[in-house]
This record gives sequence, C-alpha cells and structure tokens, in this order.
Amino acid sequence: MAIDCFVLGAGQEIGKSCVVVTINGKRIMFDCGMHMGCDDHNRYPDFSLLSKSGDFDNVISCIIVTHFHMDHVGALPYFTEVCGYNGPIYMSYPTKALSPLMLEDYRRVMVDRRGEEELFTTTHITNCMKKVIAIDLKQTIQVDEDLQIRAYYAGHVLGAVMVYAKVGDAAIVYTGDYNMTTDRHLGAAKIDRLQLDLLISESTYATTIRGSKYPREREFLQAVHKCVAGGGKALIPSFALGRAQELCMLLDDYWERMNIKVPIYFSSGLTIQANMYYKMLISWTSQNVKEKHNTHNPFDFKNVKDFDRSLIHAPGPCVLFATPGMLCAGFSLEVFKHWAPSPLNLVALPGYSVAGTVGHKLMAGKPTTVDLYNGTKVDVRCKIHQVAFSPHTDAKGIMDLTKFLSPKNVVLVHGEKPSMMILKDKITSELDIPCFVPANGETVSVASTTFVKANASDMFLKSCSNPNLKFSNSTQLRVTDQRTSDGVLVIEKSKKAKIVYQDEVSELLHEKNHVVSLAYCCPVKAKGESDNDVDLIKQLSAKILKTVSGAQIHESEDCLQVGSFKGSLCLKEKCMHRPEISSCSEAVFLCCNWSVADLELGWEIINVMKLNLDNTCKVKGDLL
Amino acid sequence: MELTCLSKGDGFHYPPCHMLNLCGFRILIDCPLDLSAIKIFSPVPYDVGFEASEYPSSDVSLDAQDPVQKKQKLERQLTPADLVCAEPWYKTVKALHLWEASLIDVVLISNPMGLLGLPFLTQNPGFCAKIYMTEATAKIGQFMMEDLVSMHKEFRCFYGPGDSSYPGWIKDLDSEEVPALLKKVVFGESGDDLGSWMRLYSLDDIESCMKKVQVVKFAEEVCYNGTLIIKALSSGLDIGACNWLINGPNGSLSYLSNSILVSLHARNFDINGLKGTDVMVYSDFSCLQSAEVTENGCISPNTDNNYLSTISSDNKDEDLAASLLNTEDSLEEMEKLAFVCSCAAESADAGGSTLITITRVGIVLQLLELMSDYIESSSLKVPIFVISSVAEELLAYTKTIPEWLCDQRQEELILGEPSFDHLKFNKDKKIHLFPAIHSPNLITSWQEPCIVFAPHCSLRLGPSVQLLQRWRGDPKSLLVLEDGISSGLALLPFRPVAMKVLQCSFLSGIRLQKLPTLLSVLQPKIVLVPDAVSQRIDLSGMKINSILSFSENETLHVPRIADNTSVEITTDLASKLSWRKLRQRENFGIARLKGGLLMEDGKHRLVTGLEQEESSGKARPLRYWGTVAQEPLLGALLKMGIKGSIEHSTSENGLENSIIHIANPSSGLIETSEMCTAIVAEDKNVASQILQGIDEVLDGI
Repeated sequence: MAIDCFVLGAGQEIGKSCVVVTINGKRIMFDCGMHMGCDDHNRYPDFSLLSKSGDFDNVISCIIVTHFHMDHVGALPYFTEVCGYNGPIYMSYPTKALSPLMLEDYRRVMVDRRGEEELFTTTHITNCMKKVIAIDLKQTIQVDEDLQIRAYYAGHVLGAVMVYAKVGDAAIVYTGDYNMTTDRHLGAAKIDRLQLDLLISESTYATTIRGSKYPREREFLQAVHKCVAGGGKALIPSFALGRAQELCMLLDDYWERMNIKVPIYFSSGLTIQANMYYKMLISWTSQNVKEKHNTHNPFDFKNVKDFDRSLIHAPGPCVLFATPGMLCAGFSLEVFKHWAPSPLNLVALPGYSVAGTVGHKLMAGKPTTVDLYNGTKVDVRCKIHQVAFSPHTDAKGIMDLTKFLSPKNVVLVHGEKPSMMILKDKITSELDIPCFVPANGETVSVASTTFVKANASDMFLKSCSNPNLKFSNSTQLRVTDQRTSDGVLVIEKSKKAKIVYQDEVSELLHEKNHVVSLAYCCPVKAKGESDNDVDLIKQLSAKILKTVSGAQIHESEDCLQVGSFKGSLCLKEKCMHRPEISSCSEAVFLCCNWSVADLELGWEIINVMKLNLDNTCKVKGDLL
Repeated sequence: MELTCLSKGDGFHYPPCHMLNLCGFRILIDCPLDLSAIKIFSPVPYDVGFEASEYPSSDVSLDAQDPVQKKQKLERQLTPADLVCAEPWYKTVKALHLWEASLIDVVLISNPMGLLGLPFLTQNPGFCAKIYMTEATAKIGQFMMEDLVSMHKEFRCFYGPGDSSYPGWIKDLDSEEVPALLKKVVFGESGDDLGSWMRLYSLDDIESCMKKVQVVKFAEEVCYNGTLIIKALSSGLDIGACNWLINGPNGSLSYLSNSILVSLHARNFDINGLKGTDVMVYSDFSCLQSAEVTENGCISPNTDNNYLSTISSDNKDEDLAASLLNTEDSLEEMEKLAFVCSCAAESADAGGSTLITITRVGIVLQLLELMSDYIESSSLKVPIFVISSVAEELLAYTKTIPEWLCDQRQEELILGEPSFDHLKFNKDKKIHLFPAIHSPNLITSWQEPCIVFAPHCSLRLGPSVQLLQRWRGDPKSLLVLEDGISSGLALLPFRPVAMKVLQCSFLSGIRLQKLPTLLSVLQPKIVLVPDAVSQRIDLSGMKINSILSFSENETLHVPRIADNTSVEITTDLASKLSWRKLRQRENFGIARLKGGLLMEDGKHRLVTGLEQEESSGKARPLRYWGTVAQEPLLGALLKMGIKGSIEHSTSENGLENSIIHIANPSSGLIETSEMCTAIVAEDKNVASQILQGIDEVLDGI
C-alpha cells in the first residue's frame, strides 16, 4: 500500500495551495487556493490533471480547506461551480463564516477596480458555501466508511486548522499554515502525538529563526508612532481578517497607553463586519483573550473608525488599514499611489508579499519608483517598514512539530525553493526522516502502514497478561520477557489469521497433542551410606541452585522439580531409563524426566548431578 | 461487562446515575443532585407579616393520586409549619455512597444536570478518576452550580453559620408527629436515605472539582488508558448534552441518556454515530414521567410494528431514520412554548405579571426568543427581566457555540445573524439582565406588569421566592412552573395562592412509541433497557440478539459478544516471523510470535519489541502433535548416522508402546506411544540428534 501526494499548487512556491493525497484509494484535496501574483491561467491549480473527463465527484472523496486566506480557498467557487465538483467540502466554523466575505471582497477588487473578466460570481460564492460542512476542533468525522478526518488548532488566523486524515491503518497530517507561538489574539498550534506515515507541512519561513516577538512589536509601534507624531500618514495594507485584528489590538492598546488621539481607520466595512465575527467565534481565539472576554471584548476597538474615500486627501496624521494586502490591487494600492510620494508618510507591510505584487517590489529593495499594473509610475519617497512578526511558524517551529509528530515521511510545500532545500537537508540529517520537496505537478509516493489483523484467543491474552521472565547468562545476565512467544499465529488460506496459545494449536488443527520429553535415570550417590534420602534431595537442590541461575526448585521427600524437570528417587531394580553401564554400579538413582522446552536446563541439572556423583565416588575411593 | 443502576432519577432535573464495569474499568455515568428534595425546607421568610398559622390547613390539597399522600390525608394535613426551618441540605444519589470513590476510574457527565453532585464526589481525598464531559456541559454546569451556591447564600445569611457536622433538623424529624410525606423524602422508602444528605459545597469546591475535569469537544475521540476510546455525541436534550460511545478491545458500547430526536434549539440526536454497537445501554427513564403511560398501562407498539413489517429493514434504513426525525414532536413542543407565551401576554394585558421559574437552558432561550418576538409584533409594552447570578454570562456563552446549535440556527450564526432572535432584542435594552433581585439598577428599570425569568424551579431558592411572595395574592398574575415537581408541596409555603398557575411539561426524553423504530435503526446486538421500559413496551419482535432489562440497585452481567479479540500485527514484525509449513496441510502456515503486545487506541497491537536472543537462530519446537511414525524416524536417524532397532511392547497400563533401541554411537532408546515420546540417552549430543529426527517426522511449533 502506498500514499501518493500529488502537488497541484504551492509546490516550491507560495500561493494557490492545493495538495491532493491518495491514501488507500481515497483521494482528499487539501486546500483549493489561487495565486495572488498571477493574472493568467496559472492563477488556479491545474484541475484538469485530476480528471480529463471533468468528472471530479468520482475522483475526489472530499475537499478540506484549512483557512480562509485566498491562497487556500480562492479557487473553491471556481472548482465547485465552474468545474462542477459536487462532493463534500469541510471547513472549520470560522472558515465557513469568513471565507465568503474574503471571496466576495476579492471578487469585487478583481472585477470592479481592475476591470478583469469575472471568474466567479456572487451567486457562485453563495452556492459554493452551501455545500460546505462546518466542523469543530478535534471533532472526528467519518467521511465515508473508511475515511476519517479530524481538525486540530493551527493558530495562524482565526479558524485555521491542521487536518488529520486516516484511511485504514494509514494516516497523514496536512498542516495548512500554522504558528507555533501565541500571538495577540490567537493561540499556538496544538496537535496530539499521532502515528503518521506522512506529514505535509508549510515552510514559508524555512530558514528564518525568530527570537522573541516583543522587540519586533515595539519596532512596529515606534515606526507608526514616529510617523504620526511627525504629521505623516501611515498606511497598513493588509487583508481584512487576521493580521488586521492583531495589529489593531496592538495599536489600540498602544494608543490607550500613550494617550494618542490620532485616528485609526479601517478602509472597508468588511473589517468591521469581521470584528463582529471575531466576537462570536471567541472560542477560537487564545486562552488569554477568552478569559478577558467575559469582562471586556477585546475586539471592541476604542480608537478605530470607518474610513471614507474623501479622507485620502484630508490633512493631518492618521493610520489606515486598507485592503487588500500585498498592495496587489484595489483600495490599498489607490491610497498608496497618493501617499507614497510624501517622505512624511509610512507604509508598513505586514507579513509575506507574493512575487509580482507591489508589496514584494517594495520589500525586495529600496525602489525610488514603482510600476503600477496599468503602466503608471509612482515615486516612492515614503518610509517603508516591514513588520517583522508573522503568523507563520519559523524554521524552529517546523522542526519542533516534525520532531514531535515523528512521521515516517515529510513533504514540504508553501515555501521558496532554496530555503526549502536547506530545511529538507536539516530534517533528513537531524531527524533522520525522509523529506521531499515536490514541484507543482509532481507526485511523491511513500509506503503506508498496514497491520495484519488476527483474532486472538482468550487463553493467549490471559497468558500475555502475566509476565513470563526468562533469565539467561551466556555472557552476562539477561532478563527477557517472552510472554508473546507462547503465542502462535496460525494462517489458513482464505481465512482470517488466528492467534492462539501454544497448547491450543493442536486443537485448532484437529490433532492430538504429542508430548516429546527427555528421560534419564541418573545415578546420584553410591549405595550403602545410611544417609537419609531427604538429605540427599536437599543436597542436590543446593548444588543445583548454585550452578543453575534463576532456578526455582520445589522439593519434597523423594523428588525435586525445576520447571518441567522432574526427578524422583528410583527404587526399581531395573529402570528403562537407566543406562546399562554406570561408573558406580551400586548406586542410588534419580529418575529424571523433562520436556523439550527445558532442554538445556535438564542437561545442566544432569551435569550437576553427575559431577556430584563423581565427587562422592572420589571421596569414597579416597576413604577406601 | 456489568451495569449497575444507582438511581433511576426523576425527570430532566435529576438524570439517572449508573455504574459500568467495562474492561476492568469502573465508569460512573452522571452524578446528579435530587433538587426536588429541598422542598421539605421552608424558604427564607422575606415577608415579616408572613406566618404559617394565618393559613388554615384545609386549603392544602395535595395530589390525590399518590396513595401515600392519601393515607396522610387521613392522619393530618401538611401545613407550612411542618416544613423544616433550617439551612437546607442536599440529597445526593444514595447508592453512590456505597462505592469506594477511589476505585472509580472514569466519570462521564452527559449533561449539565448530571454535574451538580460531582463536587461532593471530588471532595473525597481518595478520588482520582478521570472526568470527561463536553465543553458546553462543563461551562453550563459550572454556571448552574455557582448559581446554586449564590442562591443558597441567602439561607446561610439567615440562619448563620451552623454546625457543619450534623444537621440538627434531622433529629426533629424523627418524631411521631412528623407527616409521613416529609419522612419519606428525608429517610427514603426504606428508611436508609439519611446518609445521602449533604451540606452544600462552596465555590472553592466547585473550582477544585472543575480543575479535575477534562473537557471534550463535540464528537472528539479521547482515549482512556490506551484501552477505551470515548466519544461524546449530541443527544439533542439541551446544549452540551450528549450520549456516549465507548470503543474498547472487547467491542463497542453506546450509552443513551435522555435524548430528544429533533431539537428546536440544540444539535439533533446523532443517530449515525451510534449505529451497530455491540451493547447499547438505554437509560432513558423519561417514560416514567409521561402521562400517556400511566393511563393505559402498557403501550402496544402495534402501529410501529406494522410499519416495520411493511418495509424490509435492510434497504429502507434511511426511511426509518427519517421517520424518527419527523418534526411532529418538535411541533408539539413549539405549541407548548407558544401557549406559555400567549398566557403571559394575556396576563400582561390584564395588568398582571408573569413569573417563569423554568431553569432548563434550552427552554429559557426559546421562551425568551418567542416572548421578544411576540412583544415586538404586538402593541404590548412589557419589559422582560432575567434575574439570575449567571444570566449574563450564560446568555453570552450561548452566542459562542455554533457547534451545539441546530442546523438552522447554526446557519444564521454563520451568516452573521444572531442565532436567537432575542439577541437582537437584547441590544435594544428590552430584555434586562440582573444578577440578583437587589441589584442596584433593577429598581430603576423595574416596571410592572412584567415578565420575569427567575430560578429556582423548586420555589425554595433564588429570586423566584421573593417574587412569588409579592405576587401570590394577585389573581391577574401568572406563575409558570415546570411539571414533574409536585406542585402541592412546592406551593405549600405560599398558600393561599390567588395567582394563576401554569404547569407545563416539556419533552425530556425519547417517546416510548419511538423506541422500536430507534432500535431497528441503531441495530445494537444487545440492548439493555430499564425494567420500567420493558414492562411498558413489548420489544420481543425486534431483530436484536438479546434484550436485557435492569432495575435500580441491581447489577446486571452482560455476556461478551465477540468470541475472539482482534490483534493487529505490524507488517515489519509479521515479516520477521519464522513460518513453518505443515505436513499434509498445504493451506496452513504457522509461526511462533515475537515482539511485545501493547494496548494502543483501544486495540491490542503486536509490535517489534526488544528483540530477544536474535542470534539463537531458528528456535526449536516446544509443542508437538500427531503420532511418530517409526520407520521414517529410523530412516531419518540413519541419515545422521544413528542406528536403531524397533521393539514392540505393552506397558503396565495396557497402552501400545514401541521402543527403538539405539546402540550406535552411544546407547539410548526412544520410547514412543500414541500420545508421547520419551528420549532416553546419556549423551546430550545423541539426544539432540534424535530430537532433530523427531522434528522431521512430527509437526510441531
């Protein structure tokens, strides 16, 4: 059995996340995103690779979307409404609530402001969201008879989840985007220790290792403060959900503390609406926020106001959160065009900017002019601040998670190739786990766990509940527990395997037990001494105890027993088991019998007794 | 598996309590409080002019149906003076005290009402069980316990700090003159209930109890001790209420608490999750409350059976499930709620106030919604007050749990609309929330007539007592009571009551008629039903292996279903086993096991362990079967250079014996019969060579 991981998007790049994993015949699509930096057909994952006929319902068992960012959910309405996928789609409650807002916002930006051809309509979004099944954290869902999925908290943004999927005995985790540290409003990713065949992890910051975020937060606050104190305008292009809330909480807090009266604006009603959702979905935020929420809702911002287009040219300082992020289009870009030429102003770029966007150009160097999409150039004289804390995990976080889960294989997606390669080497060398970095369109196949299933008998399970310690000291004393070795696995063609206790095998085969044992009537002492027989048994057992380690000896008047080894004084004139020739012809004999299980033990004891006899004979000989 | 029913409970507020013994683990399911028992106490007298002697006892007419009370009538009428004037104690499940708390391994709480008695158990120093409940149950249950403690505080203030060790009031009750009804509540039917009375816990006790709780998410699977996989599935009764699915190495068990198939506010009963379990414990005693049973005696499930026989149960599974989920019941519930609303509106029209003492979270939420809709649409201008120490937090909490709401409300929540209509209303300040009746702002916004939601349903605790004393003489006012509370005793201290009293009973379990259909959908192999249920309904026609009935305070042993337990072997271990082929049995392969047997995720698993003496090579067989054929054995020995001769003999016990004498290389002999073979040799090497020879002619492992 194998697991196939087919990367449709976000292979060695960031954007249009889409990974299709086949586990034991079940095919799951994780995320269905669009690329923010592309305008052409590359914007969407190439779904035609999945099915030439366009019948996706029979090819894919289900889609799971990890969070509401466009690069994870952007292609979903296209896939369901235009391509015609009708199967189940799973999302967390917040993702289901917030995705339509994000999609609608993006659609408006694309169509209204950039004048592009419409790829999906508002109706498409509504219809698509109707097919979505909302899930809760850790809720275990049986998609069909074999496929089981479960979501774990991923941090990153409100409602972001990591997904565990299991078919038969094979299991994988797809992380989506995650954050291993708590931030202002969200907790850190949290997952159980699972047995995994494959871990598919994001690797946005595959080589970065971040220290404490507090100095970085301070840097950001000071940059904004300096700008507004100097009478400038601060522009923070961000997506309506996620970073906006986090930065806003930070600023609102700081404003309160420093008693700053400069207005903070939100560019669209979307963010205000989003804040309302945040209040409702409080159970998905961090512990800290949850505890505070009883007394004061942290998403009731005191200093935040709605922005009006006329305020772009209004005099005086202000802070503006404008959508979309990365300055890729829309309102944030429009404001940027007006504010960039003034050296008083500031553009603070939170998070990652995809290649091809204005945000990326600003971050890449210190350009003095920037080409906008429609060919106009803008002089950039304003300050640029890159917010250095991010809702993505750093390299240490990826390593920590991988080490914690210890999967059999790792696949890295959602990152930049050079740093992914470095991380791949690190995972292979430090954790000794095979790691793959497939490009878009490539498939990685790994072996999957399967168990052989057998019915066990009660007798076997009972025998396994008691320790069965064996001692051996060939070179040094070793103690082993061999309780399972009393069990026997029996396989009959076209029947389920059975595990039975060793005594039950013959019954299972409709045969009769046959006992094979060894016997030897051993001379132990020369006759004629008036010694008591009881003393003789005692003497022998003392000798045996000395030489045979760990022996448990049971003795009675005329016999002794060690394990299956039984020896009793033989009074017969002629015993079948007595060798004809003996060194001391007139002797006391111990008739011994032991099973094949104690083969070695038996011979050891016989040896002891022979030595004993030799000694007594010698003594007697000396006396004579 | 063993099941002991510790208490069959009494309706919604006192759920049943069971002890399960599963895979050697003791599992307690629910730990409720019998809050109806506090009715034997007198409420705190707020009214100075209130004296019991003012009211002639002839006013008291108790429920005539109860034979005990009938007898009592002959003796003497119960008067308000008979009620105990002391700080109330609380009645717990009696049989639970007979169990050693430290021997309980797991506690499962299936709804907030089942949590109320838990602090008494966790106070026990030896208590170390793992407690599981859903997040919503924990939260709502904690609110209820805190509310109980805060309401109880009034008694503490009134009576002062009493002696905590022994309640003086019990002594007074042990006399002849005390009415039998009271005695029955205090001492129980058999007179040994005294030990179940406990002094109420404190806020600290609640906190330390809740610290020990492990909350589970909706439908989360948790694994106890590697052996039991426990999953909470919604029961539909209320927000957070659940049924349990427990999977272990010996099969699966489902526990059905009081459930509602179609809920108007909470998540519906999860049918799919409970299908096809080995054992199903049906612990819904709600049929004891419903009137339809007492009228007719025994219900014949004819209609359902006919229905069952007309459709083949295999492929029409979904039809059956659909018939369970018809909305008939929920419509009836809706009508009841609407009726309560219209009654409240009627009395408000007449200038009277309405006091609603219902404390079921779901019912309160729905009534609030209906009332606010009603008021908004009509010209009526009455304010709604909710007076409870936890009202604000509780209502705020219900806004943040989309996973526990029914589909329609969930949809609204996701679309960004309030899940309950009154939430809109709340914003307009038409619903006023106050923590207590003496809250500073209450008097400024107070206005009569009004509609008040106030606990507690026993009419002994909380703001409802004061309001009842205020309005009891007003014939225009309305009191809405929950049924299942013997209203005679409840209203006793407030008599004469001139205000209208509306008693309403809401669905708090599965209707008995639905049980056969439910069982044929769920198809458990063994079903355990209370004797009360099996007496009332004939389930013998069901396609179920066995139906066992259990009764209170008796332990029921349930036989195991699966003969064989499943063991999973890792493939790498299976490939390392040394396989033997059997003579004349081509189809068989046998191998001795290796590795270690673990219990993981409720499954036995055989995994590669510390490898034992890998170097010893092929292990020799320890068990043989079949008979030794002598000629082939001689041949095999000859190949190794051992010569022997056969001699037949009969041993002393008359069994056929063959002896093979061996002369070369050293002397020895093989004694063999049908059942056994003994090798006699002085030389170890010769003996092991002979053994090798036997291995060749005999099957063994």
